[in-house]
Amino acid sequence: MPDLHQTLSLANELNLLAAGLFLLGSFGLIATRQVLDCVAVFAWQSLMLAASAALVAHETHLGHLYVVAGITIATKTLLIPWLLTRTSSERVVARREISQTLNVPTSLLIGLGLAACAYFLAAPLEATAPGARIGVNLPIGLATLLMGAFTVTVRREALPQVLGILSMENGAFFAGLAIASGLPLFAELAAAFDVLIIALVMGLLTRKLHERTGSTAVADLTELREE
Amino acid sequence: MILLLIILLPLAAAILSFWPSHRRSIPGVVTVGATGASVVLALDVAARCASGVIMTGLSGALWCDAFGALVLVVCAFAGFTAALFSIGFTRRATHPMESLRVRRYFVRLDVFLASVLVVPVLANVAFVWIAVALTTLLSVFLVSFNRNAPALEAAWKYAVLTSMGAALALFGVLLLHWSMRAGGGHTFTWAGLNAVAKTLPLTLVKVSFLFMLVGYGTKAALVPFHAWLPDVYSQAPAAVGALLSVLETTVLPYVLLRMLPLFPGASVRWAGSWLMVFGLLSAGGAALLLIQVKDLKRLFAYSTIENAGIILAAAGMGGAAGYGAMYQLMAHALAKPFGFFAAGTAIFFLGTGQLKAMQGLGRRSPWAGAALLAGGLAVTGAPPFALFLSELSILAGGAAAHRLVPVALLTLFMVMAFSAVLYHIVRIVFGEPTGEGPVPSFPKTFALTLAISLAPVLVLGMSLPAGVQQLMRLAAATLGR
Repeated sequence: MPDLHQTLSLANELNLLAAGLFLLGSFGLIATRQVLDCVAVFAWQSLMLAASAALVAHETHLGHLYVVAGITIATKTLLIPWLLTRTSSERVVARREISQTLNVPTSLLIGLGLAACAYFLAAPLEATAPGARIGVNLPIGLATLLMGAFTVTVRREALPQVLGILSMENGAFFAGLAIASGLPLFAELAAAFDVLIIALVMGLLTRKLHERTGSTAVADLTELREE
Repeated sequence: MILLLIILLPLAAAILSFWPSHRRSIPGVVTVGATGASVVLALDVAARCASGVIMTGLSGALWCDAFGALVLVVCAFAGFTAALFSIGFTRRATHPMESLRVRRYFVRLDVFLASVLVVPVLANVAFVWIAVALTTLLSVFLVSFNRNAPALEAAWKYAVLTSMGAALALFGVLLLHWSMRAGGGHTFTWAGLNAVAKTLPLTLVKVSFLFMLVGYGTKAALVPFHAWLPDVYSQAPAAVGALLSVLETTVLPYVLLRMLPLFPGASVRWAGSWLMVFGLLSAGGAALLLIQVKDLKRLFAYSTIENAGIILAAAGMGGAAGYGAMYQLMAHALAKPFGFFAAGTAIFFLGTGQLKAMQGLGRRSPWAGAALLAGGLAVTGAPPFALFLSELSILAGGAAAHRLVPVALLTLFMVMAFSAVLYHIVRIVFGEPTGEGPVPSFPKTFALTLAISLAPVLVLGMSLPAGVQQLMRLAAATLGR
């Protein structure tokens, strides 16, 4: 981002801040052990997504992005955390992940590596079709997408895995703010609905798992296996 | 209008099925009626598209050409037979007092079917993504129908892995939107993208294609993203397995192959190579894994992966093999539900799906044994069935396009899969019975479903009507080569 210093308006500067905090959320999801705290981290990350949407709306005068920001806050910051804690029982939410596939420092280091990868992957794409904010939103969004996938694979508890998937979608949408801001509002609404269904279905499934097996450590589910 | 009606029919059946009633048969009858009507409408759409018409609806939101119509017809037909099979299945798998559970099953089946049928008729690429993501979420609780720990484990793996795939595919879709804007396009539809295909920045289209290949490929259970599929199929009810199998070998290849025309000139060979790599990996991996299965539904699960691989590899070879890919897509989607219903019937007769414990099926119930044998022959491409001709046309088409190495590998994998499936099934049907016991009478809905779902595979294996040929030729032409 060499030309950033010349073009840095207040909105762009704030967008940069939101992007930084957004990425921090991905690291938070990897490192946080308490399930309830993970939910809170996700809610904050979604708030940063909404902030970035509002800032892009302010810069580009694309009015529908304000609506997108509003929908994001309503669904991802408020409704989904409530749904997830509500559908899965209290005991699930109060859980702490004791044993981990990888310890926290190693996981964070790998997360850092993925973020660096995302930056180098995004660079040639930016070169093909440059545009405003793409230099910030594309690499950060891609990094969150990759780190979300990593979160799903290293977390052993059900809810953190769900949050990993939801943060992957957050990453895709964060990049989308810069590269696909022209998507019709109806598509954004439908996508928000889709994310809501993910939270609902996975929350209910977590609850059933807990009722049936007495545990939500999904990594321990290994009954189905090719002998 | 007619396109909209095809989607609305299952949704209407869902609402009617949920209506509380003391008669347990109502949800099933309603669902069969609605899905039967949608098959008739889909056939009408296919007949029009076969003459080169492109149908639209809902002021352009719905859009269907020959490729879409082909997928629509086979999915609608699979939905109809699955609903029919489910009537007998739910009657036996649930307690007479559990009418709510039966209602829920049919509501979920209807809504899931609507989400499957909407994919091939949606014009906007972003909406296609949402519909594909919904097909996962709406089928999770169909997979966990048995409500025991293994079923929930399978449902969890299914939901987590395919949702991860969906997020990756979403990124691919957004990249495609970016490339459309950069290329000067305005409508984010398949047709709108094709119109500006020559001006799209190639790097973006390529990266977008790769994200979609991995994302949608996870949902299509391509090797190495296939881990969830055998678990899901072994736990899901047979009718749900049949529908999922059709979804993974028609709708997902449809979405991926729609990307091919966006590669201008020689770059399409690049995309074709990726399709061949994943296609051959899937066909070969599944053929190897078929040898060691111990569960009947897993057998058909790996055969699904193999066929998804064959279809993608054939489409990747290009030329005349593209026609073979469409042929295979249709023939497999007609044959595989029959295989699953035959497996479900056999499991009903023996009370187990373990291959070892199933031996002697032919002695205990000759009809169930014959059905399973026919199912095994039909899904592996033995002569009297449609899949034989489609596999031949792929191999001939590939050879004509001078793709000799992929053709040789595909032939090897097809023979391996054929031998493995037949080895297991012959042992079940003709083996010595291990257990004795009273044999239940053959349920009428099972017999009816088997007869109805076998008919098209058998008929199309003997003669291919000109209309069907024309539809497949037009569908192959949409691949852009």
